[in-house]
Amino acid sequence: MDILLQAIDNLLRWDVLVALLIGSIGGVLIGAIPGVGAAVAIAILLPATFSLDPLVGLTLLLGIYGSSMYGGSIPAILINTPGTAVNALTTYDGYPMTQRNEARRALSLAYSASFMGGIFSVICLMLLSPLLALIAPHFGSREIFLAALLGIILVVLAHRGKVFAAGMLVCFGIFLNNIGLEPMRYTKRYTFEQSWLASGIDLIVVILGLFALSQAFLLLVKKDERPEAAMVSGGIFQGLKELWLYKRVATVASSFGVLMGMIPGVGEFTAQFMSYTYAQKTSKTPEKFGNGSPEGLVASEAANNAVPAAAMIPLLALGIPGEALTAMMLSVFYVHNVIPGPQLFQNQMDFVMALYIALLLLNVMVLIFLLFSTNMILKVIRIPTRFLGVVILTLSFVGVYSLRNSMTDCAIAAAFGVFGLILKRLDLPTVPIILGMVLGNIMEVKLRSSMPRVKTPLDFIDRPIAAILFGIILVVIIMHIRSVVKEYRSSH
Amino acid sequence: MPQIKTMQQLFKRERRSGDLVFALLFLVFAIFLLANIGNQTQWVKGTKLVSQPSFWPAISLGGMTFFAVLHLLGSVLSPRIFGRLKEIGFWLRSFEYAAWFLAYVWLVPIIGYLLATLLFMPILVFRAGYREKRLLLLSVVIGFAIVVVFKSFLSVKIPGGMIYEYLPDAIRSFMLINF
Repeated sequence: MDILLQAIDNLLRWDVLVALLIGSIGGVLIGAIPGVGAAVAIAILLPATFSLDPLVGLTLLLGIYGSSMYGGSIPAILINTPGTAVNALTTYDGYPMTQRNEARRALSLAYSASFMGGIFSVICLMLLSPLLALIAPHFGSREIFLAALLGIILVVLAHRGKVFAAGMLVCFGIFLNNIGLEPMRYTKRYTFEQSWLASGIDLIVVILGLFALSQAFLLLVKKDERPEAAMVSGGIFQGLKELWLYKRVATVASSFGVLMGMIPGVGEFTAQFMSYTYAQKTSKTPEKFGNGSPEGLVASEAANNAVPAAAMIPLLALGIPGEALTAMMLSVFYVHNVIPGPQLFQNQMDFVMALYIALLLLNVMVLIFLLFSTNMILKVIRIPTRFLGVVILTLSFVGVYSLRNSMTDCAIAAAFGVFGLILKRLDLPTVPIILGMVLGNIMEVKLRSSMPRVKTPLDFIDRPIAAILFGIILVVIIMHIRSVVKEYRSSH
Repeated sequence: MPQIKTMQQLFKRERRSGDLVFALLFLVFAIFLLANIGNQTQWVKGTKLVSQPSFWPAISLGGMTFFAVLHLLGSVLSPRIFGRLKEIGFWLRSFEYAAWFLAYVWLVPIIGYLLATLLFMPILVFRAGYREKRLLLLSVVIGFAIVVVFKSFLSVKIPGGMIYEYLPDAIRSFMLINF
């Protein structure tokens, strides 16, 4: 109880509340603009938050992360263009509903389902906290190494149909982390006698290049588009009542979101896929799925909104980010000397609880904002795409240049911007590069520090959690091979 | 022949125009880096394998090369989509905007963040094909707002322009702090 009161006290500061308000409303607007998304916004804002108090900075970023998917459903439903990539499934049922003149109903249901997913996820987090605080201290170097390795494997295997590309890009990320002075003996690695490579390649520079600059270049090179969306008339409160009819689907979808969010490297897409499949299989009208089924819409939106809060679990408890956005947030922790991991749960539980309550508050703020301002948001959707590209390019400068005032950083970011554009055009993933950089660093440090106590390979997994993690890694690999073989046999 | 068909089935995937070029270039890049591992990393005597400075580069580059070979194989064995040159042209066009970005970065320490942004945004908006006065004006307003939010309010680390040195003392310190 003391922890809860302390957490509320931490949050009841004007700067934290303003950050939460700006983050949540800004996140909705950013999510609603097709072609921007939370990753671009967080990448740009990241260096600016370094000068802020850790709670203020994280609340701002969390606000954007947690609310962008709410906004992303608006263009997905109204103009068949997902605002963020994770709203793609929403177009399947949202847009057909708009075509049937049910736009108001679809938006209302999407907001309500998102709200349900968000709140459900935060409540799960709060209930799980005592358990996490109990388990987290049992994670030593070996366990954290194995958890990071599991994250790497999952991020590769989660990209079905692109496993080889994800594999080479995750390895590229690990390699990028190796460039510069090596941390133990300070020998140079892959500097090619260039002084600018000696300090290594900064994670934030790569993030800004791959997410923000690449998107700006893509928008500027592509044909200009001016999305049009008709205004929505009437109130949109009915969804809160209608959601009650789909409470089973919403609860199961939110649970999938929480489960998948907790596993590093998996995230929204798998959660949505599982929820949608479940909803379709158990529906009395499965034929409506993909043609404007309210159940499909609820499954998709509840699942994706349950992920952000759950994705904070591996980050806060183990210091292992599960996807690109939490990887970005990790750098905010490091800059403020707040090290996520078991110690955080033991020593700064009030800080962790404050973040949870902030997530809870942001869902309420966003729902209220959306219920009254959908038509205002539609004006933001209409920004011409090339104009948007210019704005993102100008904003990206702040992100890269303010890090070290280095022209070299900007040139590296521009190079990664072009590389990111090529990956996007080829429909190849960028997230494995970022996770490779972050998890590669964790694996290198933790493997070294765990070796003095390891005499034989079996010693590595002689502790219960290490053995469980190793077992999960084996099961994941075997299951993947089995599914590939099964798929291959069924196609013959 | 049946073996070739089996292999094709196993590696076939969806590919887009330019996929083969990318796969090939990435493999060449990975092999180049791997071939340089002896020159670019050190082997320290009396140190365990996992603590060697070259251990992680070897793992990452080995993985990069292995997966790049498989990715290339998948690209070769998948049905071709035409339009490779057009696609590469698209990639190359992004270099122009990378150059615009770097020119902006180069200008900021010389003419200052405010002036550089107020010039950069409308010029690039014009280059992007917009001729409406409304959008050109909007770009100036947004540029000003970006400078005020980041430099004046959030105090991000962006140095003042060299031309600020020519301003009267009172205005110079104001400009250095806020713009």
